[in-house]
Amino acid sequence: MTYICHELVLISIFSILAMSLNLLVGYLGLASMAQAAYYGIGAYTAALMSLTLNTPLPLNMLAAALLAGLSAMGISWCALRWHDDYFVLATFGAQIILFSVFKNWVSLTNGPAGLGGIAQVSFFGFSFDTPFKFLMLAAPVAFACFLLIRALARAPFGRLLLAIREDEIFTLTLGKDVRRYKVTASAISAALAAIAGALYAHYISFIDPTSFSATESILIISMVIIGGAASLTGSLLGATFLIVLPEALKFVNMPESVAATGRQLLLGLSLVVLMVYRPQGLLGTYRFGRNQ
Amino acid sequence: MTPLLQAREVSLAFDGLLAVNRLSLEIFSGDIAALVGPNGAGKTSWFNVVNGLLRPSHGSVFFKGKEITNWSGDRVARLGIARTFQDLRLARGLSVFDNVLLARPFQQGETLLGALVRCWAWARQEENAKVAARNLLQTVGLEEMASSMAQDLSYGQQKLLALACCLSTQAGLLLLDEPFSGIHPELVSRLIQLLDRLASEGKTILFIEHNLEAVKKVARRVIVLDRGSKVADGGPGVLERPEVLDIYLR
Repeated sequence: MTYICHELVLISIFSILAMSLNLLVGYLGLASMAQAAYYGIGAYTAALMSLTLNTPLPLNMLAAALLAGLSAMGISWCALRWHDDYFVLATFGAQIILFSVFKNWVSLTNGPAGLGGIAQVSFFGFSFDTPFKFLMLAAPVAFACFLLIRALARAPFGRLLLAIREDEIFTLTLGKDVRRYKVTASAISAALAAIAGALYAHYISFIDPTSFSATESILIISMVIIGGAASLTGSLLGATFLIVLPEALKFVNMPESVAATGRQLLLGLSLVVLMVYRPQGLLGTYRFGRNQ
Repeated sequence: MTPLLQAREVSLAFDGLLAVNRLSLEIFSGDIAALVGPNGAGKTSWFNVVNGLLRPSHGSVFFKGKEITNWSGDRVARLGIARTFQDLRLARGLSVFDNVLLARPFQQGETLLGALVRCWAWARQEENAKVAARNLLQTVGLEEMASSMAQDLSYGQQKLLALACCLSTQAGLLLLDEPFSGIHPELVSRLIQLLDRLASEGKTILFIEHNLEAVKKVARRVIVLDRGSKVADGGPGVLERPEVLDIYLR
């Protein structure tokens, strides 16, 4: 039961990451490779605030969201000078820089050794100190993020993002400030990723840079593409699939050295098969990259 | 009389190639003018300068007496200049109805605060916008296609949708790039009537066109360009001038 709850907590956290990235990839048509970096900003902000100021989770989440949102505004303002593949490369560059910061700013982040002893969450004397209890916190936060992104997507704001995805010049000539909307959506996406990071830091109680590497960014974008661009339920499905798949393979009877490689192979194979037979993802309707 | 749109000595060069050469033009409120000339005459380039998609190498552009040279495309559009494109630009993955709704200016639900906090305000505004959008689709004859995806419309229908989007912006000046090209003759006559009606309702229309028969039927003023410069400017009769005929026969 504890194991299942742990998996469900991870699914909740990664669902937030996938849904937040979907706002960029699915609705705006921008593939950002820096989502794990914003996730890391959130985790480190929450961890440092908790360790040094002993602040509660909601305050840490707020600070994490603000810091990641502001960072994303700066990064996207620069990266949006470029389009399509160049934007991907620019955000990939930002991911590498931020990962280096997590790893090498030892006086702040403790470098590769990471930060441990992050306080467990407790409200009014109730401590979320087991996976089951933490799930009672993580799942509602993920649901709140789902509702927030859905509200944005259903409002004229979402229609505008879709229009930018379809034809940026057309949208511009209708009097819409395309760049401002791109920066705003990037900031929201990063802020939500940081909330996931804060949850993660308080859940695991220990963070190190390996959780926020480019590999994690690739994993998050895979969740979005597998689930389906511009489909929030697709993001939930994508996150569940990529969290559960490696775990399910652990139950297959084979030596651990073979199993580890096998898991990677199966993951890669499932991505290739999906791209060939259902490029819009499991629940998506929009084929990413179609306009490029 | 102050011109609605004024271009003074506008030039546009691409790597040494002069697309527009010190072109000065004045468009007055209520004008329905055609910009004609052979391919490469600089017509679309001039449109791109006016609506802020390209920056001129020289010269200045004024709209309603305000200098708009070097303004961004969205800022120019918000001031009241809408345009269509020769290579049809639309949000093709959205419905016809959503394209027209999208074009409405100053929507509260397009801001973050409006979308999340003031939901009732944008929902109310959206209801009014939907009524206006339905009326516009009826005006251009696309009301039955409202729920279709823009990409599923025929070429001619997409042109009508682009025009509906222009009208939805509530802009006073419409820049239409080849509105008659590639569309069915039946649609041409419907479009001629529509442009006439829009002009009588106070819209100022400047359109680029190669279909000279349509130009003669619609335009009250014809401006002829060649190699980035103005060759003739006057009533539809200028199309019969020898120097204009020469350009087309050359």
